[in-house]
Amino acid sequence: MVDFWQIIQNASVELISPTTAAYALAALGLAIHFGFTGLINFGQAGFMAVGAYGFGISTLTFHFPVWAAVLTGIGASIVLALLLGVPTLRLRADYLAIVTIAAAEIFRLVVSTPNAGPITGSADGLSGYKTGFAALNPIPPGTYGFGPFTMNEYDLFLRLVAWTVVILCCLLAWQLMRSPWGRVVKGIREDEDAVRALGKNVYFYKMQSLILGGVFGSLAGIIFILPRAIVPSNFATTLTFFVYTVLLLGGAATILGPVIGSIIFWVTLSAVSGFVARAQEAGWFPGMSSVQAGQTRFIVVGVVLMLIVIFRPQGVFGNKKELAFVK
Amino acid sequence: MSSSAIPKKSGPVKTVDLHVGEIAPGVAKANPIIVADNVTRSFGGLVAVDVAHVEIPRNAITALIGPNGAGKTTFFNLLTGFDKPDSGTWTFSGKSLAGIPSFRVARLGQVRTFQLTKALGLLSVLDNMKLGAKGQKGENMFAALLPWIWRKQEAEVEARAMVLLEKFTLDTKAEDYAASLSGGQRKLLEMARALMSEPTLVMLDEPMAGVNPALTQSLLDHILDLKTQGMTVLFVEHDMQMVRHIADWVIVMAEGRIVAEGPPDVVMVNPAVIDAYLGSHHDQDLGEDPEQEEENVTAIRELLDANDES
Repeated sequence: MVDFWQIIQNASVELISPTTAAYALAALGLAIHFGFTGLINFGQAGFMAVGAYGFGISTLTFHFPVWAAVLTGIGASIVLALLLGVPTLRLRADYLAIVTIAAAEIFRLVVSTPNAGPITGSADGLSGYKTGFAALNPIPPGTYGFGPFTMNEYDLFLRLVAWTVVILCCLLAWQLMRSPWGRVVKGIREDEDAVRALGKNVYFYKMQSLILGGVFGSLAGIIFILPRAIVPSNFATTLTFFVYTVLLLGGAATILGPVIGSIIFWVTLSAVSGFVARAQEAGWFPGMSSVQAGQTRFIVVGVVLMLIVIFRPQGVFGNKKELAFVK
Repeated sequence: MSSSAIPKKSGPVKTVDLHVGEIAPGVAKANPIIVADNVTRSFGGLVAVDVAHVEIPRNAITALIGPNGAGKTTFFNLLTGFDKPDSGTWTFSGKSLAGIPSFRVARLGQVRTFQLTKALGLLSVLDNMKLGAKGQKGENMFAALLPWIWRKQEAEVEARAMVLLEKFTLDTKAEDYAASLSGGQRKLLEMARALMSEPTLVMLDEPMAGVNPALTQSLLDHILDLKTQGMTVLFVEHDMQMVRHIADWVIVMAEGRIVAEGPPDVVMVNPAVIDAYLGSHHDQDLGEDPEQEEENVTAIRELLDANDES
């Protein structure tokens, strides 16, 4: 029999998991790029990877303290944003899309080459970079929480840090978007020539936006690797499109949308895969192997993404008024 | 020679005596705001703009007319930094503008609108207006995080925006998305937004295109009002009635060149102007292209109608 209580418990773990926080933060960066400024960045996985590897390599190879490793990750994403932005931000929006998706793949393939093994761990990736972060933990060892939210001191600390970062970044983005700076980038999204004609340095604003969203992406990458190891295959293009799903689910031009979108995404994904796996075991789907059952959730993600774009393009939190004027 | 205004029997007050010496293409102006020399721009083999010398008079309304493909909009784009010329220099209030990017041109006080209106659809009408204001502290990314730095200025900008919106009868729409405005209202919004930057020269690319007749008069009044407030207006327009009605000076372009200029009454009867509207196809058998023929006939009829009115 399918144990629905277990499925619900497993799914509710995702409510506050660090992965959910990481996706929320990456989607918030994408909201700044795509939702507010109109920059089509298809390489958010690249920004996350740069942050993750910046953190991991500086810790393992150069023995940086945690704060310096985080700054290295952030710095690497700024460098990536400049590299991508300088040649493409003067061009039409679609060029940025092409360049970012390519750059993210190039980065992933370069770090997974065997020759880079001593530094990047090639295809096996990196691990063992968490001791510095764990040492910062002020929470005494023990078991905390209740029910599905039972966790040890490291997991509790990680969740507190991850969601604090998400909240701070949300506040930062919220303040920026209600300021005159936000008005300029939203104007650029609508028509950059019009904004240029009003005396604003459009190129400069687009660069600032690309860097800010990229930095959020790199922080998301660091949070993403703290509960697991760094594995290059985690940063493939599918990651970017999952983040886009999260963003569109919540609402592209909103601050809370990415957070709620990420929670809905992960809880649903966990519930669906839990249900399919158990139902397959119980023989509800004759002819389906357990491997096939594991892949079903990605079919569900695709269908959900299509349904959102067709029936609720403004997302859960998007302004309904906007819908009347979607081009 | 200084410019002075004399009232006409009806209609707006025209500024006269703008030029110095004999009227001819490229004639010197008593008080020019823009002086352009040898500005050329070609697209492949096509020479879109080839202006040897032109001066735009200050504190007057100048119309730039000419048949389709005469290079008016390209010349506009060059003057505002939206396009780069192959050669040439031009000054705005004595300051050389060649090679200056468009956003700097706008900051210097030369603001433009577009032929295809660029209302920022998913911004409110009020936000559209506020975007026009220059020198906003809160537009700096770091200052934006500290609202007490820009809150006072923001309130001032908003007050100024509301005054302008009221003038352009858009104040009731302030909170609506600009996308919900009609075509004519968007033209009004674009003009009002341009005024938020407190420009000295307003360049309007076909301000009347697609505006319904009910709004035409109000748009005309707004343009005339700009002159009263001491601004200079340069506009591209196909509507000859409007040109005759409000322009103090008319510059005619054809095939990239300035072929004639002068006060509207004088220019409209200039054979070079009628030539300009026909001339580009004088060596073709018009019968072969009925569409082109119709276009040419319409152009002449407009010119003649406009002349009959006076």
